[in-house]
Amino acid sequence: MRYLRSFGRFWWNFIVGDDWRVAAGVAVALALTALLAHEGVNAWWLLPAAVAIVLALSLRSAAERN
Amino acid sequence: MSTGTILIVAGSFFACAVEMVEALTIVLGVGVVRGWRSTLIGAGAAGIVLALLIAVLGPALGSIPIGTLRFVVGALLLAFGLQWLRKAILRSSGFKDLHDEDEAFREEREQAAKAGDERRLGLDWYSFTVAFKGVLLEGLEVVFIVIAFGSAQGHLGLAVAGAVAAFVVVLVAGVLAQGPLSRVPENTIKFAVGLLLTSFGCFWGAEGAGVDWPGDELSLLAVIAFFGLVSFALVRTLRRRHTILVTAGAET
Repeated sequence: MRYLRSFGRFWWNFIVGDDWRVAAGVAVALALTALLAHEGVNAWWLLPAAVAIVLALSLRSAAERN
Repeated sequence: MSTGTILIVAGSFFACAVEMVEALTIVLGVGVVRGWRSTLIGAGAAGIVLALLIAVLGPALGSIPIGTLRFVVGALLLAFGLQWLRKAILRSSGFKDLHDEDEAFREEREQAAKAGDERRLGLDWYSFTVAFKGVLLEGLEVVFIVIAFGSAQGHLGLAVAGAVAAFVVVLVAGVLAQGPLSRVPENTIKFAVGLLLTSFGCFWGAEGAGVDWPGDELSLLAVIAFFGLVSFALVRTLRRRHTILVTAGAET
């Protein structure tokens, strides 16, 4: 069980890292992009804009914690 | 050779170089204090595991449809690349300490000197396990980047070549310097790699989600420029904030 937990923690740190909200934001933005593309909207601008906002918010909260 | 392919080789080269510098510090710290045989066997064993991972996973991913592969790889690269970029911005603005190779080398030497003298399979077990773990953990990020870059663009060989070139360059530099490569501008390289990973992740992720980029592959350069400008602005804003905090702290 301990090994399983450390294995899970390793992959969580590897992919998600210090701020889970960044990974969650990326997942939501990608899902929205796919949904819009499915509806015929070529939303190429959505993901870069969302990533920039998510990054800025994450950095702001990291700076506030420090 | 297309712009995307050149950037893939450059990305895997710099990602591997910066991780190799950190792995080299660990291997040197242990090897100098406890001897080279077990340390190099540990580092070599980790290198074999990493090479096997690329050899098995790389071609296996080639059988997945390119749209699905780019969506998944793009999402992972975005999450992973944003971690690098976020840390690099925090370091550049003063909110996080810069990685100090000299300090890491000193700590590694101290721990190696204090460790016990257990022997297994004719090896100094401490040297073997520390070198093995150090190279494996630093190398896993390189394996991930090489496989992601190589498979999503269909140029695994070129991504591997970039990583191997970095391995050789850092190894030669380490042998010549006979110490940790503390003069390598690690944060600048991590910043650049984070920028590339985030941009490729965004480009492939959106493409995999069904987006047609205006200008096709050329828009990748625009995405890199956009994230570069955003990062630059964030560093400036946070640096100003950090200066205000430091000044206020000094006055109280």
